Amino acid sequence: MDTKALLAELYDVVGLGVSALSGSGFDAFITVEQNSARKALEFLHRKGFNVLADLTCVDYLRYGFDERPLPPSHPHRLRRWPSPPKPPRRFKLVYRLLELDPAEGLARGRLAVHVWATGKEAGPPSVMDLWPNADWLEREVWDMFGIRFSGRPDIKRILLYEEFVGHPLRKDYPIDKRQPLIGPKEGAARTVVSDEPLRPDPS
Amino acid sequence: MLPVSNFPNDVGSIRPNLRRSEDLDGVISTRLDSAVGWARKYSIFQYPFVTACCGMEYMSTACAHYDMDRFGAGFPRFSPRQADVLMVVGTISHKIAPVLRRIYDQMASPKWVVAFGACASTGGFYDNYATVQGIDTILPVDLYIPGCPPRPEAVLQGLMMLQKKIQEQGR
Ligand code: SF4
Repeated sequence: MDTKALLAELYDVVGLGVSALSGSGFDAFITVEQNSARKALEFLHRKGFNVLADLTCVDYLRYGFDERPLPPSHPHRLRRWPSPPKPPRRFKLVYRLLELDPAEGLARGRLAVHVWATGKEAGPPSVMDLWPNADWLEREVWDMFGIRFSGRPDIKRILLYEEFVGHPLRKDYPIDKRQPLIGPKEGAARTVVSDEPLRPDPS
Repeated sequence: MLPVSNFPNDVGSIRPNLRRSEDLDGVISTRLDSAVGWARKYSIFQYPFVTACCGMEYMSTACAHYDMDRFGAGFPRFSPRQADVLMVVGTISHKIAPVLRRIYDQMASPKWVVAFGACASTGGFYDNYATVQGIDTILPVDLYIPGCPPRPEAVLQGLMMLQKKIQEQGR
């Protein structure tokens, strides 16, 4: 696959929604805004990217803000931290697409599509109709990050239980918050072991 | 081994160990609870509740190389109603915790619970939103086997300790 030509064509189709194009060959990725996501993904589907290998998400809430200063001897000391994304850019969806030749079973092309999402009510459009396996992946992103995809039926949790409140992989989910279904309220460990535990006999 | 004539008539009720009489060939005298404990400890029907990577080590212990069957525990039952030892092998998430508790409740007494590995015993290194911090927060546990995962030797040592407990418990 000629990545360069493909990306040029994509830019023609999607236009200004594309905010970054980079890489070549199997490492290429593009970044698009939420409004243009559907257009770009539809285009790539038409171009033969027939497998959605993965769909996941990154929360950039505190990215680039609270990095601790590195010690002077640290080799990354001189590296500039990437500047934090400007609001309302907060979540980055990562679609990993594959162009698979069904006859040979070989991947001909590979592309990552990064989509900025706000995490507010109207989320990015669903791609379930293009790649049916997006159903579970979108449910997983909803479950973990609370990104509600629009234009798809029945979004509900897939990994966690229905009683769970919140989305645990968001950076503002309290790291020590527990929501057990049974057992101690805060999900704390027991401080005394149950009954009389057996102890090994050193002999 | 002493001939049976050296003991008073109620020998069986005061001496816990199995003994064979040399005078009366084929007669064994013991205490009832001792015999029951002996029978129980060598016929452990386990319910393997396997959820994570510790399951690999459980399998290697159960299979021919280490052969848990040597200890009379070679028969996993996949119905809690037929099992007496609940082996909790692996990470228990908050989602599965009610299921585990229900399986424990369905087992008939006498029953014992083994926390196999660091995750089942304490939550292991998963101190997060998803993981139960040790199954002893939801069930009574008889035996904790440490390790991530425990080596088969540790499992077998634990099994022998559990057998000792079962023997001493009597009923
Ligand atoms: S204790 Fe270690 S090996 Fe066992 S389930 Fe936990 S992480 Fe896996």
